[in-house]
Amino acid sequence: MKLECMIEVRHPGFTLRLNETIECTGITAVMGASGSGKSTLLRALAGLETGARGRITLDDEILLDSASGRCLPPHRRGIGYVFQDARLFPHRSVHGNLHYAFARARPGAEAPGFDEVITALDLLPLLDRRTAGLSGGERQRVAIARALLAHPRLLLMDEPLAALDRKRKVELLPYIRQLPAHFRIPILYVSHAVEEVAQLAGDVLILANGSVVARGAVQTVLEQPEAEAVSGPFEGGVVFDARVAAQVPEYVLTEVEVAGQRLSLPQIAVPVGTPVRLRVRARDVAIALAPVVGTSIRNQLAARVLRLDTDPAGAYAEVLLGLVGAQPGCDPHLRARITRESLATLDLALGQPVWALIKGVSFDAAP
Amino acid sequence: MSDLDLGPVWLTLRLATVTVALLLLVGTPLAWWLAHTRTRMKPLIEALTALPLVLPPTVLGFYLLVLFAPNAPLGDAWLDLTGETLTFSFSGLVIASMIYSLPFVVQPLQGAFEAVGRGPLEAAAVLGARPLDAFLTVASPLALRGYLTAAVLGFAHTLGEFGVVLMVGGNIPGRTRVISIAIYEQVETLNFAQAHLLAGGFLAFSFAVLVLVYGLNRRYPVHTA
Repeated sequence: MKLECMIEVRHPGFTLRLNETIECTGITAVMGASGSGKSTLLRALAGLETGARGRITLDDEILLDSASGRCLPPHRRGIGYVFQDARLFPHRSVHGNLHYAFARARPGAEAPGFDEVITALDLLPLLDRRTAGLSGGERQRVAIARALLAHPRLLLMDEPLAALDRKRKVELLPYIRQLPAHFRIPILYVSHAVEEVAQLAGDVLILANGSVVARGAVQTVLEQPEAEAVSGPFEGGVVFDARVAAQVPEYVLTEVEVAGQRLSLPQIAVPVGTPVRLRVRARDVAIALAPVVGTSIRNQLAARVLRLDTDPAGAYAEVLLGLVGAQPGCDPHLRARITRESLATLDLALGQPVWALIKGVSFDAAP
Repeated sequence: MSDLDLGPVWLTLRLATVTVALLLLVGTPLAWWLAHTRTRMKPLIEALTALPLVLPPTVLGFYLLVLFAPNAPLGDAWLDLTGETLTFSFSGLVIASMIYSLPFVVQPLQGAFEAVGRGPLEAAAVLGARPLDAFLTVASPLALRGYLTAAVLGFAHTLGEFGVVLMVGGNIPGRTRVISIAIYEQVETLNFAQAHLLAGGFLAFSFAVLVLVYGLNRRYPVHTA
């Protein structure tokens, strides 16, 4: 689904200006710090920003064209929206909320049925509940189901996990991840949380001060400094795809293979051979000139220094590493955040072989 | 002691019912507009709406009398249309009461619509609800308590109207003699027994209505989004 978007939205003290064509397949993430314009963008796409000017087309249907004065109202755009605060109707039960959408759904033979959506989001036990008694995670599941039942052709999700605690986030992520394939619907997913984006998205756009500053595949974009500007200095890192190579039930570990080398991490309950997406933060990677013995760190990967970024005014330096055995240009990198002093002591040079010591790997998902 | 004349009681109830029904019809769009408009004219319209709260009934009644007079454009048009004058008629009383009680209906409604906010309406819109649909199925049920308050306050305020009625309606039995006027007349003629009956009944009725409202408010708590 092709979304062409050339818009300008002015708010007091802030202007969103955007000229992008987005091929929406799977989940496309829109990242940005608060106030960067992420929500404004989604609201403009849904038709909720009455001040939006410019042109928006979805698969060649014109949603907005200020030049000709055309502007489809939100209820005729066929675009679903999951709000950060869920916005369930408090005067209706869970079933009443879901039925509200279903009764107004766009006609379409391929659209999912009521039961199918309820099953996919495990809502059967909640149907008769009042919305006031639901937990945050339950509210968002109802909100997602409600949005799907209106049969939109594109689903916008505005930080649906932001209001939830960590446990609920982890519970809800698998539901969101399966949506595009299960319901054949592309999703634009707004978030400022790197871990969510890393787990969910195929492509990423990064917004800053109302314009796009980076975009591309999640593995590439999350390595860029613009991503770090969103996530904060200690969240930067890399995302890469690996394959489950072996299970070690004795220690409840799983070994994965990446670029011919092995990493072990806490058990992932999937069969051997399954692709998984991993995330390694720069601050969790240390560098040694030779394999280290007598350490608790098990994950030591042979790598080569590809780039050195130092900030002369700061304490830290960042080292970009290419894994030995990786195919040039496409295979995973690692980033290591070390102090400038360490950099000077180790006397690192471009191309130098080193060992990357990985203190923590977070498993994200089967992509 | 003569039998109690119940004419003023029925007339008053009829006047209050008709007035509130019409005010809810007129007041809802006005309150909705006030709750959602971003125009700079808003304070002006709000002030106009609230004016009957602060004006002495005689001032309001005086201007209405001038407007309703058969030689004024409004009074004249009404006379042509219906064949009766607006002054000293039930229709005139209804219009006067609507203006007199307008803030008591519009302000609770406006407050309720503002409390509902745009959030639930946006949620309804992205689910495919047209604006009128969203108003009827989302905003109105959420503003139910505002409607209840508006109806009761409007009704009670119209019941107690005196000055405006006296100015534009006079004291014509069956047409404009409402309870408050009847009580005034009974007291003037030193007929205290009748005044007691009317005044006591009024007191009991008003109290009962308010108890009912507060009771309903307890039973149907406000929905918060």
